[in-house]
Amino acid sequence: MRYLLRRLAFFVLTLWAAMTVNFALPRLMPGDPASAMMARFHGRVNPEAIHALEVAFGVDTHQSLWAQYGSYLGNTATGNFGISLTYFPLPVSTEIAQALPWTLGLIGVATVMAFLAGTFIGTVSGWRRGGVVDSVVPPVFVVTSALPYFWVGMVLILLFSVMTNGLLPNDGAYDITMTPSLTPAFIGNVVQHAILPAATILITSIGGWILTMRNNMVTVLAEDYVRMGRAKGLSNRRIMYQYAARNALLPNLTGFAMSLGFVVSGAILVEYVFNYPGLGYMLLNAVNNLDYPLMQALFLMITVAVLVAVLLCDFVTALLDPRTRGA
Amino acid sequence: MPDAPVLEVRGLTVEYLTDAGPVRAVERFDLDILPGEFVGVVGESGCGKSTMLFGIAQLLSPPARVSEGSVRFRGHDLVTMTDRQLATTRWRDLSVVMQSAMNALNPVAQLGDQFADAMRAHGERSRATIRQRAEEVLALVGIDLVHLKSYPHQLSGGMRQRAMIAMALLFNPDLVIMDEPTSALDVVAQRSLMLQVKQLQQQLGFAVLFVTHDMSLVSHFSDRLVVMYAAKAVEIGSTKEIFANPGHPYTEGLLDAFPSIRGPRLPLTGIPGSPPNLLHPPVGCRFAPRCPKRFEMCDVEPPFYDAGTSRAACHLHALADKKVVQ
Repeated sequence: MRYLLRRLAFFVLTLWAAMTVNFALPRLMPGDPASAMMARFHGRVNPEAIHALEVAFGVDTHQSLWAQYGSYLGNTATGNFGISLTYFPLPVSTEIAQALPWTLGLIGVATVMAFLAGTFIGTVSGWRRGGVVDSVVPPVFVVTSALPYFWVGMVLILLFSVMTNGLLPNDGAYDITMTPSLTPAFIGNVVQHAILPAATILITSIGGWILTMRNNMVTVLAEDYVRMGRAKGLSNRRIMYQYAARNALLPNLTGFAMSLGFVVSGAILVEYVFNYPGLGYMLLNAVNNLDYPLMQALFLMITVAVLVAVLLCDFVTALLDPRTRGA
Repeated sequence: MPDAPVLEVRGLTVEYLTDAGPVRAVERFDLDILPGEFVGVVGESGCGKSTMLFGIAQLLSPPARVSEGSVRFRGHDLVTMTDRQLATTRWRDLSVVMQSAMNALNPVAQLGDQFADAMRAHGERSRATIRQRAEEVLALVGIDLVHLKSYPHQLSGGMRQRAMIAMALLFNPDLVIMDEPTSALDVVAQRSLMLQVKQLQQQLGFAVLFVTHDMSLVSHFSDRLVVMYAAKAVEIGSTKEIFANPGHPYTEGLLDAFPSIRGPRLPLTGIPGSPPNLLHPPVGCRFAPRCPKRFEMCDVEPPFYDAGTSRAACHLHALADKKVVQ
């Protein structure tokens, strides 16, 4: 329990530090959103309008830094991230709320699948070290994990969309002629659109999980307690999962938490290649358009997501590894 | 007629397959263990004594494998058994206590669960029976029952080792194989653990095959002693007699390497040189290159001679007109 409380306190502290950095960074940069906005309208804005914009964006430079900091913390806590420049005059929070489900659905599911499948394949190939699975699967996936995301994406589009007369869609999250609803037809359409980008992520990220899990397994299998399991006459299945894989999994949890955290940033290149309306695509647009409020909100979300994922990982580790609990 | 041996090892040979060719870590090893007997195996690090144990228990992992010989346990050859047949005999009749208690318990499972999975693997379904038996064996080794809920890292080294012994006794086995169970403990804990093992052995009647490099430890506890050198047994006999009257120069060397507490103060001599590379073992007697008593005959591999109180593989006994045995 003390362990969890300590992790929680650490989480709050890191979150505060991240928010502060997020507050300071744009203010250290030259220019501000209001001037950027004015530049977009080629200076055809009167001073009152600029002031109104400054207030809207929360960059009212007439306030003291402390007052700005205070209202920033308050706004962030209430989810008020200001107005987007790219999608003016929509609030940033509305924009993010629209893109978030797509990224969580696509990248999140693909990341979890890659971890689960990679861990399973790694377990089996480590257990049957030198067997058929072990000699073929890890080398193949090591090669695929070294390929760039966007290149795999383009090859998949070429193979399954262009050369096969649009067997699978390669653009967007759903057919834009359909109205989003919870009908089987629409859900099927969404899944169809997700196949290629999800496959891209799977192909490029599964290799890492296979390789690390396999190596952890090989190390753990040399441990005395595995031999002990055999000496006790336990079934191979039980030794493989309860004795070997159960222990081999622990070092991979942190890496998994990190990759879960980065789900929120979206696989920018994958979303870009597939025109997927997720957060990664949005982040790219925000940077291109100098959309500071949107960027700031996205950066903060990425940070928070990583922190939450690491916190969750700490909890899960405590659950799975009794040795961490006492500390 | 004495009881039939519980374990008969004949010509056991274990090879490690290396890139440079097979290395024989145990070569033509013979051993009988009678019910209730305490047999000690001593030798330097790397002489193959642990490999021999795992060869007997069929717990070798690649690249090690039994290449020749048989291990008859209660009349059945363990070497030719299938995994399934082995699984039924294991733990129920033949249990193992590993060298490092630190690593021999699954770090993520409670002690009680590790007792329970062994019992479940052998068909015990009743939770009450499992719990009761686990409590009985823990009480045997003097560990508080609250530790059934403990994880291995919450126990001290000595407690873990005793918990291992408790686990080994779950089924009242006929033979317990112990691989240097005390090497991670201090001398006081060593002694109390050994006393406990000895007492349990007398109480429950199981046989013990005990491997160690600690001569002084076996001198107090084992009935019979096997001295191993460079993958082979070089002397076998009653522990007392071997200590009083070693039949092999290597045994003498081992004994001279330990101080005597009550005897006169003598400089410790030890054994010069180091054990041979088993990839290219010396021709003839393997100890000859380090032996202070070597002579012409040592170029030929020595058979076991009847050295009076023990059997020793040394040609010196040929000079004394001793008979070759087995």
